[in-house]
Amino acid sequence: MTRVWALLHRDLRLAVREGGAIGTALGFFLVVVSLMPLGLGPDLNLLARIAAGILWIALLLAALLSLNRIFEADYEDGTLDVLATGPLPLELVSAIKALAHWITTGIPLAILAPVLGILLNLDLNAYPVLVGTTLVGTPAVSFLGAVGAALTMKTRRGGLLLALIVLPLYVPTLIFGISAVSASAGPSGAGSSFLILAAVSLVTMVLGPVAAAAALRIQIQ
Amino acid sequence: MQTLTQRLANPTRFMELSARLLPWFVAASAILLVYGLYLSFFDSPPDYQQGETVRIMYIHVPCAWLSMMIYGLIALSSFGLLVFRHPLADVSAKAAAPLGAAFTFLALVTGSLWGKPMWGTYWVWDARLTSVLLLFFLYLGLIALRSALEDEGAAAKLTALLALVGVTLLPIIKFSVNWWNTLHQPSTDFGATVDPSMRLPLLVMALAFTLMFFAMHLKAMRNEILRRRAKALRTQVIMGRDRLAAQGAAE
Repeated sequence: MTRVWALLHRDLRLAVREGGAIGTALGFFLVVVSLMPLGLGPDLNLLARIAAGILWIALLLAALLSLNRIFEADYEDGTLDVLATGPLPLELVSAIKALAHWITTGIPLAILAPVLGILLNLDLNAYPVLVGTTLVGTPAVSFLGAVGAALTMKTRRGGLLLALIVLPLYVPTLIFGISAVSASAGPSGAGSSFLILAAVSLVTMVLGPVAAAAALRIQIQ
Repeated sequence: MQTLTQRLANPTRFMELSARLLPWFVAASAILLVYGLYLSFFDSPPDYQQGETVRIMYIHVPCAWLSMMIYGLIALSSFGLLVFRHPLADVSAKAAAPLGAAFTFLALVTGSLWGKPMWGTYWVWDARLTSVLLLFFLYLGLIALRSALEDEGAAAKLTALLALVGVTLLPIIKFSVNWWNTLHQPSTDFGATVDPSMRLPLLVMALAFTLMFFAMHLKAMRNEILRRRAKALRTQVIMGRDRLAAQGAAE
């Protein structure tokens, strides 16, 4: 357990001290969301209707930016080889790294999302659901992303390839995340789609590290 | 007693067998295709609602069927590679991916050509169209990942892993897209019963396309094996030349 903490602590400290990673993702999120009204026109009614969709899509893209660093840096400087020969199973290593990505990217983005909701005239009643869905949905983004990051670890132009591979896999997260927010205004409430979103997150948290570790094993001899 | 897949693990034996089978596949698919095209263009009635455009279906449905079957074949081959380390499994998966992408693309194109006169638009964000589009993206991901990796062994295994991840997520994606669609617009009932006069051309065309795919797949697998042999020979020649040069230098 101490090893798990040590690795998690290391990854978090690296993300904070390296600087840039968290700030870039948040800045990208902000810029993409502010470009939307410029492209779609300043009609507040229209923006309120599509706010949840814009926020979720921008959040996915912002999270995607930092995904390829999950394993790449550690692979390049040899840390991953040490981790692979160490006592922790690679499945756990991948899970910790994905968790660290969620803490450093998913949580800040989820906290920023309601602030950007103001720009898009999002209905005030939808705010708790928006924060809830982004917090519950972003683990799926990080853990599925870890699989993609492990698959593309050795490739050049890994970032674009990663987007091509991972974005279609994000479809369930996107759909249930948005439908929970838009359904919260309706009579049935956000309940069912919120629960399915949580289920998607939980399933990816269990299966994602297994697939990521398998991909790492293929590449680390 | 060896099973067929075990016997086929020997590429030389596979090459012999496939060389013997290939002409039959080609001939059978060509004959069926001609017969099927004749049936669908001249010997089947126009639909009472869709008119002549119904004939697009005879191309569209086989393509859509193949787009799913080929992904299943890739997933099966990937499983065979990762679990049983069958030497031909990767050849099969590699050869099938571009074919699958092509048939999925054809299904999308023919579908949208049919959609223009029927629905008045080339594209509708219907659940079924969307999931086929996502399937197309999965194919593209497979092809892109393989082409981005230099080491062929690692590329084979990683692509196989991605195919298995995709096949695990496919039901969830399909489910979510259905959910999304029913939220936004009422589902349209496409499930009308097919008249026997149209069922025969449809069946013949589906069989012809399936055989055509297997013929192309066999040919592509043979090409891939030959390509790998040529590559192995080339490295042998280069290594031999290097060894000779080293000997010459020593003398």
